[in-house]
Amino acid sequence: MNISRIQTIVDKEWAEVFKNKLVLFTVGFLPLILTLLPLGILYFTSRTTPSGGDLADLPPSFKAVCGDIEPAECLQVYLLNQFLLLFMMMPLIIPVSIAAYSIVGEKTTRSLEPLLATPISTLELLTAKGLAAAIPAIVASWGGFAIFLVGVPLVGGSLTVLRQVLAPTWLLAVLVIGPLMAVMAVIFAIMVSSRVSDPRVAEQTSAVIIVPLLAVLFAQLAGVIVLNVSFMLIAILVLAAVDVALVYLGARLFQREVILTRWK
Amino acid sequence: MIHTEGLTKVFGTGDQAITAVDRLTLDVAEGEVFGFLGPNGAGKTTTVRMLTALIGPTAGVARINGLVVGKDDAAIRQQVGLLTETPGMYDRLSAEKNLTLYARLYGVSDVAGQVRKYLTLLGLWERRQDEAGSFSKGMRQKLALARALLHEPRLLFLDEPTSGLDPEAAKLVRDFIAELKADGRTIFMCTHNLDEADRLCDRVAIFKTRLITVDAPANIRQRLYGRRVVVHLGQAAGDLAAGVVALPFVKAAEAVDNKLVVTLDHPEADNPALVRWLVEQGAAIQFVGELRHSLEDVYLRLIDEQQ
Repeated sequence: MNISRIQTIVDKEWAEVFKNKLVLFTVGFLPLILTLLPLGILYFTSRTTPSGGDLADLPPSFKAVCGDIEPAECLQVYLLNQFLLLFMMMPLIIPVSIAAYSIVGEKTTRSLEPLLATPISTLELLTAKGLAAAIPAIVASWGGFAIFLVGVPLVGGSLTVLRQVLAPTWLLAVLVIGPLMAVMAVIFAIMVSSRVSDPRVAEQTSAVIIVPLLAVLFAQLAGVIVLNVSFMLIAILVLAAVDVALVYLGARLFQREVILTRWK
Repeated sequence: MIHTEGLTKVFGTGDQAITAVDRLTLDVAEGEVFGFLGPNGAGKTTTVRMLTALIGPTAGVARINGLVVGKDDAAIRQQVGLLTETPGMYDRLSAEKNLTLYARLYGVSDVAGQVRKYLTLLGLWERRQDEAGSFSKGMRQKLALARALLHEPRLLFLDEPTSGLDPEAAKLVRDFIAELKADGRTIFMCTHNLDEADRLCDRVAIFKTRLITVDAPANIRQRLYGRRVVVHLGQAAGDLAAGVVALPFVKAAEAVDNKLVVTLDHPEADNPALVRWLVEQGAAIQFVGELRHSLEDVYLRLIDEQQ
């Protein structure tokens, strides 16, 4: 693997793809909105929820997670936990949009053949394309999370709530599951992009990958599951297996001959 | 420089199998400009893709500078330059950034210097900051040519280098190819422009899935039509044709109005004797010239025969 060539392609991808306003919006504003939304909710709940009360309205499994936290704070933690999935969603949405444009763009401008005629290996090219899409997604998600952490005490979140947000469940979700999801989304988007010739179609089709996460969101809202450390560890194992399978499939799909003769 | 033996490419399998290139055997020497001619779908681009190590052959061998396609692919790609059928530039990037990207991918040591050199040589330096998407077709083609040359390859593959260009842009590209030829580079050129091939190429191959013929254009012409001299006379030529055909160095002769069309093996040597004989017969010779068949005539005849 030649790092310089990978760096060159990543630079090119960013120089090209960030000239697209839709991609810029997705990478820049979407994480900001998804970060400000829970902060806004926290701001209002911290002002409207009286201390005391009981946990009767919360799902029973969640009461166990709250432990001896004060009910008002537990409610805040409960609400914020619903937004944990937004931080997991960011690394899924952002790279799909970048990868869709980066691959379909190569097809529409017919720039793949001269690119493949250089000494770059297919693996280097794939790695560069993947990194170019995944890095902004991970940076944006982590950046959003950093803003969120700074914002929690500023909008009225207690130290207990902040401690919950810095607990292993959240850290595993943002720091480990996020990148794993980004890898999954990138490879999936690249595979979809190889079959279509319109970036919008590629983006919309690739968005299907969000469906399993939405299922998790609804299951959590319904109280069927609780996002705790055990759930996160299982999710990490499943995602790692899916990523390995997708990388294997991607490597089979991305042979020069396939790219040149079938990507039309 | 290029050697192929039984080079074959089949796409698909079973009933769906399509043979794009069938047992191609040819050699291209160093410094040669080689024209690869054939109709659309003949397998020219597939051949170029195999020779530039973009796709592997199904059977046979191809060697580029001694390197084997399918085995030394990265080294082959490092040593050859390719001008693809469509320029395929990154439209949102400037001309300079497009070339810088490729110079870095080829591992060029003086990236800025090489980019400047070829942008200047091809008359694009003043427009270096403009997005490639704003360029005319001719300018994009020149930019693509610059891209193919950044790493100073001694072997260049040009796929339809003047296709779709206006006459002025086509001439600029042609002149540049002539300069590359003078520089001693080996050029393998696919083209539909037969006049261009005739002017630029030392040898041409006429190809339609299989190799039909390969030689210098003049040799192919001679083989197919012989060399013919046309003598314009001040009188009807009919009476003289029978006498001319009896001359020992004449292969054939025919009269067309007041013209005599004479087939000779060596017009340079035999024309003086022919003219002398005609004058002795009292013929009023107005002028003498060689009747040349265009490469297009040759090409169409060979393709037609193959069909």
